[in-house]
Amino acid sequence: MPKIDRKLISRKKSIVENLKKIIKAENILDHDDQTRPFETDALTAYKQKPLLVVFPENTIEVSKVLSYCNQERIKVVPRGAGTGLSGGALPLEDSILLCLGKFSKILQIDFKNRCVVAQPGVTNLSITQAVEHKGFYYAPDPSSQIACSIGGNVAENSGGVHSLKYGTTTNNLLGVEVVFMDGTVCRLGGKTYDSEGYDLLGLITGSEGLLCVITEVTVKILKKPQSVKAALIGFPTIEDGGNCVSDIIANGIIPAGMEMMDKALIHATDNFVKAGYPRDAESMLIVELDGTKSEVEELIKRVIKISEKNNSSSVKISKNEKQRLKFWAGRKAAFPACGDMAPDYYCMDGTIPRGKLAQVLREISRLSKKYGLPVANAFHAGDGNLHPLIMYDANEKKSLEKTEKFGSEILKYCVKVGGVLTGEHGVGVEKRELMCEMFNNNDIQQQIKIKKVLDASSLLNPGKVYPILRKCAEEGRMHVHRGKTKFPNIPRF
Amino acid sequence: MSIEEKQNFQTYQDSDSNTEYPEKEKDVSKLIGQYYKSGIPVEVVGTESKRKIGKSLQCGKTLNLSKLNGIVEYLPEELYIKVKACTPIKKIEEELKKNNQHLAFEPIDFGYLFLGKSDSGTAAGQVSCNISGPRRFKTGSIRDHVLGFRGINGRGEIIKSGGTVVKNVTGYDLSKLICGSYGTLVALTEITLKVLPIPEESKSLIVHNLKLELAHDLLNRAISSSNDVSGAVFLPTKPACTSCSMNINETFKLNDLKYQGSLAAIRIEGPKQSVDERIQNLINEFKLENFDVSILGKHQSEIFWNKVKNLEVFTSTKNNIIRIVLPTSNCVQLIYQLPNKFKYYLDWGGALIWMEACELTEEMFDSIRKKIVKSGGYLTMIKNSDFLPFVEEVFTINRERFDISQNIKKSFDPKRILNPGKMYTGI
Repeated sequence: MPKIDRKLISRKKSIVENLKKIIKAENILDHDDQTRPFETDALTAYKQKPLLVVFPENTIEVSKVLSYCNQERIKVVPRGAGTGLSGGALPLEDSILLCLGKFSKILQIDFKNRCVVAQPGVTNLSITQAVEHKGFYYAPDPSSQIACSIGGNVAENSGGVHSLKYGTTTNNLLGVEVVFMDGTVCRLGGKTYDSEGYDLLGLITGSEGLLCVITEVTVKILKKPQSVKAALIGFPTIEDGGNCVSDIIANGIIPAGMEMMDKALIHATDNFVKAGYPRDAESMLIVELDGTKSEVEELIKRVIKISEKNNSSSVKISKNEKQRLKFWAGRKAAFPACGDMAPDYYCMDGTIPRGKLAQVLREISRLSKKYGLPVANAFHAGDGNLHPLIMYDANEKKSLEKTEKFGSEILKYCVKVGGVLTGEHGVGVEKRELMCEMFNNNDIQQQIKIKKVLDASSLLNPGKVYPILRKCAEEGRMHVHRGKTKFPNIPRF
Repeated sequence: MSIEEKQNFQTYQDSDSNTEYPEKEKDVSKLIGQYYKSGIPVEVVGTESKRKIGKSLQCGKTLNLSKLNGIVEYLPEELYIKVKACTPIKKIEEELKKNNQHLAFEPIDFGYLFLGKSDSGTAAGQVSCNISGPRRFKTGSIRDHVLGFRGINGRGEIIKSGGTVVKNVTGYDLSKLICGSYGTLVALTEITLKVLPIPEESKSLIVHNLKLELAHDLLNRAISSSNDVSGAVFLPTKPACTSCSMNINETFKLNDLKYQGSLAAIRIEGPKQSVDERIQNLINEFKLENFDVSILGKHQSEIFWNKVKNLEVFTSTKNNIIRIVLPTSNCVQLIYQLPNKFKYYLDWGGALIWMEACELTEEMFDSIRKKIVKSGGYLTMIKNSDFLPFVEEVFTINRERFDISQNIKKSFDPKRILNPGKMYTGI
């Protein structure tokens, strides 16, 4: 992390006094006991208490806080709900943690323009809840949607299981109000499709809090499809399952969601929630289709035919909404189920071309033997996002080190086959040093130059995303010890 | 000497010898590296199908990238195609069609507007302008379909961003920034585009002779229904400006269009049975039995929407063409505030207005812009006319965004040599 400014830390008292002129005293936390709950986000392997935690209540206060910090050269780390898995909201010892928790209102529901204007602290799920009485919903559905904030979704460009058909946050975002490090408030986009000039909205989406602080979000909402059904299909080999995924796409079908699990995970999740998964299968697909009733019926028939061609060993179709949700319950319990099988696990997050799945899983299996660590694989097959879950016991000597090496080799292999380091968890502090696997010096320098023109002194969320040392260390994963995640009740998939 | 002064200086005037036709990425890099060292502004072009959009440039050099042409990799089951930047859109579409796939953002063929005949240009041209067709509100715009790119920045460095997969949050999403940047940030050399299956069936429900308010309301209720509408356009006959060349009855001469007059069209795509079912749903839900209704089958529906997206109603116009994007709820009110001598049609259910304006003055244009900005939208002068051959601000921007954009430009192109002033003076 960047060098700690001890002088600045010694000025804590005067900084607090100055901030009290901008925001209410009760919205500033400066005692150790008060700041401890904010020492980490959902990547709990990394912990650091900030100098101060502040809770501004409106855009003007955010602007004044940033402007003050810019003048005084104080680092600022923005934080939404703190559910991120890559350490994007990890504080620095000499930083102010700027929490958007008080920005928790839905400002406008605009059915005419099919959009919702919300403050950034509003949770993802509450947007859908606010419009579902009229049959609408917000499409991106990250697994942490009951807790994660929409501002955090924009900062991380969050996805979900329906990304192939409905896109990620960036494809469902119409506008934002943001504040830059110098205090400038700016509106990007609005209630229109696209905006003219440079797509600054596209740039800040997924910028992991390095370019600006989001103070308002406008997202588009969609009408719920008339019918949704899911098929549960078992296969005798990983290859058959992988080929079926490619075949479904090649046949012109874009499922709303398409998830794949390997044998280890089928057993783990079925033990955990008794979802009725095919336990003899080596791989299993959940294919979800939506649309009109006849469309869904027709597509399900086609999917079954394609799966039969690919040697499917079992097929179950959801008969009702309860059963459909049951199919998903197992998949959504993938993380806690792994927590039940081993004292610790690490979750990786790479994206690969769908067609390379069998090859990548073979390599993971080889590495699993090499390192002597079991692994279970969950795969958002529709969009190529792979989550291997490496199981280990942190009490065993050097097992953490071994796991880290294993994880790193997986991500590097993802890049080698034409994929990317992270599909939806973000780079944060976690995969920062692996960036050189994907980008050369020119690519990284161009990105750093953009950061520099918007935040000249690199005060906003420093130490994240881009490698600080000119070498690529081997790190990158989410650590869970004895099933104790930061938010154990949030489903992770 | 400022860049604008350099552009007008005798030494820098365009001539054939000042145009380079590099064939490889490294040659583009080398040339821009040289221009960077000497501070010579360069106009980056492809096949020039959209060169007239934006401010006209007179640069010391022209970099014609049309020889960067060819499909690099096409993996239908992975839903992407990687092409050299100036691969013609026609060639890409032909290749995709072999696998029953297409570019879902519906690239607009501006040839009809500027040349009177088809000229859909190149992948880089489409990406640089980011002007998407009628399916925008359902499948996203061009920027939503660019998965990655390679290009040369204003220092002559080869840079890349993105990849070939849809779910990717590794680093800043520069692909978005490049879309709609009119070649002012990088000279594109390679683009990876997301592709999608061509819908099995496509039909259109046309309601005739509706007035603006009713048509606008119908289109929006259709988009807001669960019938998964993929096109919603209104082609009016009024105002009846005789100096405008837009004529819908001449353009849309199709066998199955039963009546003359205004057309409100809703497109439904998907599996065969579902399309018929959804069209019937729309007729029932909106009680359209008592209206003059036509249904266009696949073939005629395709012709209809191609004409809509390619602005064929304006084919022979000598007037100004303006593109207005705004929140759809403000559309009807705005139409009534426009000056007398114009014609228009609504796309994206009223969130997009294509306007033909005659005898337009710069003052009138500015006044329209003010009204649109007040409505939460923006406008672009797409085509100039003999009457108004030049406007000071082709695009819409405010002070804050201008300052940020200027900084972004600086980070890519510190000496402002790539298409300087193409979008805004000073950028």
